[in-house]
Amino acid sequence: MGDAIAEAFRLIAVGDAALWEIVSLSLRVSLTAVALACLIGLPLGALLAIARFPGRGALIVATNSLMGLPPVLAGLLVYLLLSRAGPLGPLELLYTPTAMIIAQTVLVTPIIVALSRQVIADMHQEYDEQLRSMGITTTGAVLTLLYDARLSLLTVALAGFGRAAAEVGAVMMVGGNINHVTRVMTTTIALETSKGNLAIAVGLGLVLMLIALTVNGALMALRGTQGVARHV
Amino acid sequence: MSDALVTTGRRALAPARGPDSVLPVAMDRVGYTIDGVTLLDDVSLRIRQGRLTAIMGANGAGKTLCLRLIQGLLHPTAGTLSHASGPVTPTGRRRIAIVFQRPMLLRRSVAGNLRHALKTYGVPRAERAAMLVELLDLAGLRALAQRSARVLSSGEQQRLSIVRALAADPDLLLLDEPTANLDPYATRMIETLIRQAEARGVTVVLVTHDVGQARRLADDVIFLNRGRVTEQTPAGSFFDEPQTAEAAAYLAGRLLL
Amino acid sequence: MTLRVLVLLILALVAPLAQAADRFIVVQSTTSTENSGLYGWLLPQFTAESGIEVRVVAVGTGQALRNARNGDGDVLIVHARAAEDAFVADGHGVKRHDLMVNDFVIVGPRTDPADLNDSSKAAAALKRIAETGVIFVSRGDDSGTHKKELALWRAAGLDPTGDGGAWYRESGSGMGATLNIAIGMDAHTLTDRASWVSFGNKDDHVILVEGDPALQNPYGVILVNPEMHPGVRAGDGQIFIDWLLSPAGQAAIAAFRVNGQQLFFPSAR
Repeated sequence: MGDAIAEAFRLIAVGDAALWEIVSLSLRVSLTAVALACLIGLPLGALLAIARFPGRGALIVATNSLMGLPPVLAGLLVYLLLSRAGPLGPLELLYTPTAMIIAQTVLVTPIIVALSRQVIADMHQEYDEQLRSMGITTTGAVLTLLYDARLSLLTVALAGFGRAAAEVGAVMMVGGNINHVTRVMTTTIALETSKGNLAIAVGLGLVLMLIALTVNGALMALRGTQGVARHV
Repeated sequence: MSDALVTTGRRALAPARGPDSVLPVAMDRVGYTIDGVTLLDDVSLRIRQGRLTAIMGANGAGKTLCLRLIQGLLHPTAGTLSHASGPVTPTGRRRIAIVFQRPMLLRRSVAGNLRHALKTYGVPRAERAAMLVELLDLAGLRALAQRSARVLSSGEQQRLSIVRALAADPDLLLLDEPTANLDPYATRMIETLIRQAEARGVTVVLVTHDVGQARRLADDVIFLNRGRVTEQTPAGSFFDEPQTAEAAAYLAGRLLL
Repeated sequence: MTLRVLVLLILALVAPLAQAADRFIVVQSTTSTENSGLYGWLLPQFTAESGIEVRVVAVGTGQALRNARNGDGDVLIVHARAAEDAFVADGHGVKRHDLMVNDFVIVGPRTDPADLNDSSKAAAALKRIAETGVIFVSRGDDSGTHKKELALWRAAGLDPTGDGGAWYRESGSGMGATLNIAIGMDAHTLTDRASWVSFGNKDDHVILVEGDPALQNPYGVILVNPEMHPGVRAGDGQIFIDWLLSPAGQAAIAAFRVNGQQLFFPSAR
């Protein structure tokens, strides 16, 4: 463990170009996936929270279950889709960062939908009568609730980012862990582990934790300024 | 303050009550029963343009329920409720603004709450900025515009809720105990605001327990007792010579449920 | 955060990903060549000469062959002769070429509890492992090494899969993961020499069996058939294969060293 910590510090201190490349790709892939998942998942979660339509209960159960979707399975499904033998083969997306973003979006979207539905449903209880008395449209209600729940939804997005940044199975399968092209933090850790370079692997793991900490800290700081400066 | 309002405010929020006004509103033998419990029974009443109606009665008499029915949030289970403009559609509800006893303010600034209302009520974008300032001034909240609405005092929150309702430029404003738990100063500010709303041509229905307030403001009084209307009279005669024993007891502070 | 800011942020994130790589091919490969560092040595030389970037997906022979059967890859570098021939015979590959060889070894604890050190024959060594019941970790993942191991058991007249879970344990993982498991359990396993020499977590394990001709490990290279899989970058893939088989490519393979040791021996004809 001492070796690993030393290795982590060495990797950061040296500012290794290879490390930076891997870190920045990881961030780009996971942050993009979370952003896309939010664009899809937040309106869907809000709609599930406030709209009443047949099949709604089944849809809620389905999204809650999909939170447990194994990354490898998500990876396999996206692989089958993007493979040259698959329906989207001609797009030539397999083994590209775009493929990894798609796979992680598939993984993260159910989390965003399920958690935001819960957040919005709780708030909707409080807001419903006031909004109805204002004759608001469903779209208007969705937008109002999403905006007013923004601080809680930031935590939802962080949960999604955690899942995206931590998973290895899906990006390994659809990205291929190609050096300089699709190699990210988690696949590098898997690779170094398989080479028996355990100190480097754990060192990279610590760097990954540090990145997660930084992203969380940055968003919490953002949340802090929102909460304090503008609303107290 | 009231004079300033009349000169500067009329243009943006002209009290033009055309033939599409929801008033008068009439309840004819309206009943409301839920889960086998009858909360309103055989209620008939009229809300007329330009006359401030106070709905009084003990807790649980059905006063708030009446407001919800008039606003269209709930529907009578018996009898008929009619608005002059026809059945109330979800968007048509904007002609009838309601302020709940406990104001539900959005998790935004004071100005943010008003902007949201102006947008929701379909006020054209170009007119919103001017109306925002006007509504802030009306509520006396201009200095607090950027403050989070949820940290305001109760009186300030109530004033914000009332001007938010006025953002719809409604025909009818329903107020549910707007001064409950407020100190005399805050109460007076709300009453001033109610007078200003009337000056805009808004007809006000006021649920209140405050006999003094009803005396000061009301033109008509409707007295509800256990889901039934026992009196509907001009305010003066209600306070001077109540027709029923219940009303007399209520006014004397002796009505027990 | 407004929607507009969010959209701009996404565009900013995606934009750098959209850069078009000029010329590249995808190689589906066994892991030993990647993990030992061979590609890190070879590919820059090829790219400098040809201007073609080589993207390696290192997944193990079985997975590499399956991916290539879906057309996902332009060139295949694997080590399982029978499966390679079947791949070409089924029309998925154009032609199989000998590329290079190294050898398999059996590694185990330095204390050598099954007393394998005096046996130079793989079959005899496996028999002793089965008899003494010391733990043997199998890849169990349909990789080239796994196929080789099963062939060696057959040659020894044994079927250890019936003892799965007792002394015979299938990891279902790649070479590196399997080595980590074997070392953690003080167990034996079959590995290619390249993976072993470059492995960083040997602890107290050593090579116990080596040098049997039956342990030879030939690698082949195959161009995925563009007639079967129209997306294949056949032209650039063929340039890569031609270079690997050329005197220059073969010399580069021979020149690769880990800790001063040559791991792969050219075998192109």
